[in-house]
Amino acid sequence: MNLALTELRRRPSRFTVATVVLTFLSLLLLLLGGLLDGLYLGSTGAIRAQEADVIVYSDSARDSFLRSRITPDMREVVEGVDGVTEVGGLGFTLLGATVPGESDLADVAVAGYELAPSGVPAPPPAGHAWADDRLRDAGVAIGDTLLVGPAATPIVVDGWVEDTNYLLQGGLWVTLDTWRAVQNANRPDAFLADGVVQVLVVRGEGDIGPAIDAATGSTSSLTRDEAVNALPGVKEQRSTFNAIIYSTLAVVLAVVGLFFSLLTLERTGLYGVLKAIGASTRRLFVGVVLQAVVVAVIAFVIGGALATLADRALPADVPLQLTTGRYVFTFVALIVAAVLGSAVSLRRVTRIDPASAIGSAA
Amino acid sequence: MSSSNPSDSSAPSGAAVLATAPALRLDGIRKVYGTGENAIVAVDHASLTVGGGEIVALLGPSGSGKTTLLSIAGGLLAATEGTVVVGGEDISGHSPRELTEFRRSKVGFVFQSVNLVPFLTAEENLLVVSELAGARGAARKQARTRAKELLAELGLSHRAGNLPAQLSGGERQRVAIGRALFNSPALVLFDEPTSALDTKIGEQVMELIQAEMRSRGTASVIVTHDTRMTHYADRTVRIVDGVLGLADAAGDVSGDH
Repeated sequence: MNLALTELRRRPSRFTVATVVLTFLSLLLLLLGGLLDGLYLGSTGAIRAQEADVIVYSDSARDSFLRSRITPDMREVVEGVDGVTEVGGLGFTLLGATVPGESDLADVAVAGYELAPSGVPAPPPAGHAWADDRLRDAGVAIGDTLLVGPAATPIVVDGWVEDTNYLLQGGLWVTLDTWRAVQNANRPDAFLADGVVQVLVVRGEGDIGPAIDAATGSTSSLTRDEAVNALPGVKEQRSTFNAIIYSTLAVVLAVVGLFFSLLTLERTGLYGVLKAIGASTRRLFVGVVLQAVVVAVIAFVIGGALATLADRALPADVPLQLTTGRYVFTFVALIVAAVLGSAVSLRRVTRIDPASAIGSAA
Repeated sequence: MSSSNPSDSSAPSGAAVLATAPALRLDGIRKVYGTGENAIVAVDHASLTVGGGEIVALLGPSGSGKTTLLSIAGGLLAATEGTVVVGGEDISGHSPRELTEFRRSKVGFVFQSVNLVPFLTAEENLLVVSELAGARGAARKQARTRAKELLAELGLSHRAGNLPAQLSGGERQRVAIGRALFNSPALVLFDEPTSALDTKIGEQVMELIQAEMRSRGTASVIVTHDTRMTHYADRTVRIVDGVLGLADAAGDVSGDH
């Protein structure tokens, strides 16, 4: 018989308010986290998939793929740098694509590549593409010919790849020549000469980034993680969502702290009696913490189930992505908040005088 | 009955003391609250010895210091001066942790307002004592057997599964007595055990206390302000303004101080 658990079992109504509030807060945490993950993963998949030691931009591009231009001359210099073992061109063009049988355009990111990213096969034949499986939601099927951009450039879908989207648009992975053709046909304002790419994906040994920049004198090399964070809006999204998530955790802390403080205050007489008959402060405090943790676990389970249902019910264009990592983070954060929140009661429990049990008719 | 020294109530008198070894010895106890001009002497050099199996009524008006003295005897409050020995254990210099352990194992309490744990059944309220002692495995099984035995002796077997709210005032007090006796303590301290009960139930409870203490040879100190209850005790000790004096066995305290 554990006093704290027995009370939870026999008097569940005393904990209902806290459980309901924490359930909604855990649901909110999961939805916020899911949206953050959905936005982040949907924006960065194409870059995270790159097996690159550095990604080389032209230095005037200020770390932007769309502004960057690497000429064949620059590429030759990069290939000659000590430690560089593999170099491949990479470029993206964001367009709408007509899908057979669908009235709405699909948002696609046509990605020209040479070195296969993780999970993406070697480049397909000219005019063909590996499509990110998120494009299924837009009605795309294998064998479809998508008409890309205002010029209706045809691209045939040969197969699916996963987690390769770019700025929330479905990745269409094509050869560099196909990509350049799409770009030049649909974005004449950003015409690309033969051999020009946006960035270089470079593999090698040692600290090759500074060596490349020193050799070319006109490039800026970033690691893959730096390149991910340099994508427009990614850092801002993360900091905004994280601020909301941590604020929500502060509310969880306050709710748990306030609730268990009031509960402890209400139990002052009972704790006095229990101390009088031999209960230690530690035992009583552990009981309070245990109750807070159990309430948090129940709230997480219900909140998690609701979030999972919401994920299934929401339209595909809502970038909600609930990952195992997000569930684990939210669970751990709730438990930590419950422990810290309930710890507010420690001072109150410690100060309860066992002598108060004597001479009190309360 | 009066003592030659009004502040020394050590000498057992009145009804026979059932065992020779003292269950409680208070020697020169002084308790002062505050300091300097604001100091209040709650108990003034009080000495009291309670023999094994003896039932002592501690009688006094409100604010007389009886609750303070009871708290000191039970290790709930530290005395400013003096020595407290319970069941042969000198607790005068005990740390708070040692006092917690002492209260858990050596002394039983029955409080004024019963104070059972409201969400535990009668049987579980007895088992709280072993739960606090961290009983596991065989010890827990033994505790369950002990709780059932105690409830049977107290005539509460049929109420074992009832919550305190489902028990009458007398039944709740009996459960509280069972909880106090659970660890077979050397001393049980009763704080106004009948104040929340009507006269008839109060007398029944006092009879039960007397019978249970006698049958176990357990010493007890019963704090009360109700002179009608003192005849259940072997001896009545009066306390006024923190000073102990003796009253007769029937609780007649007039002129003894």
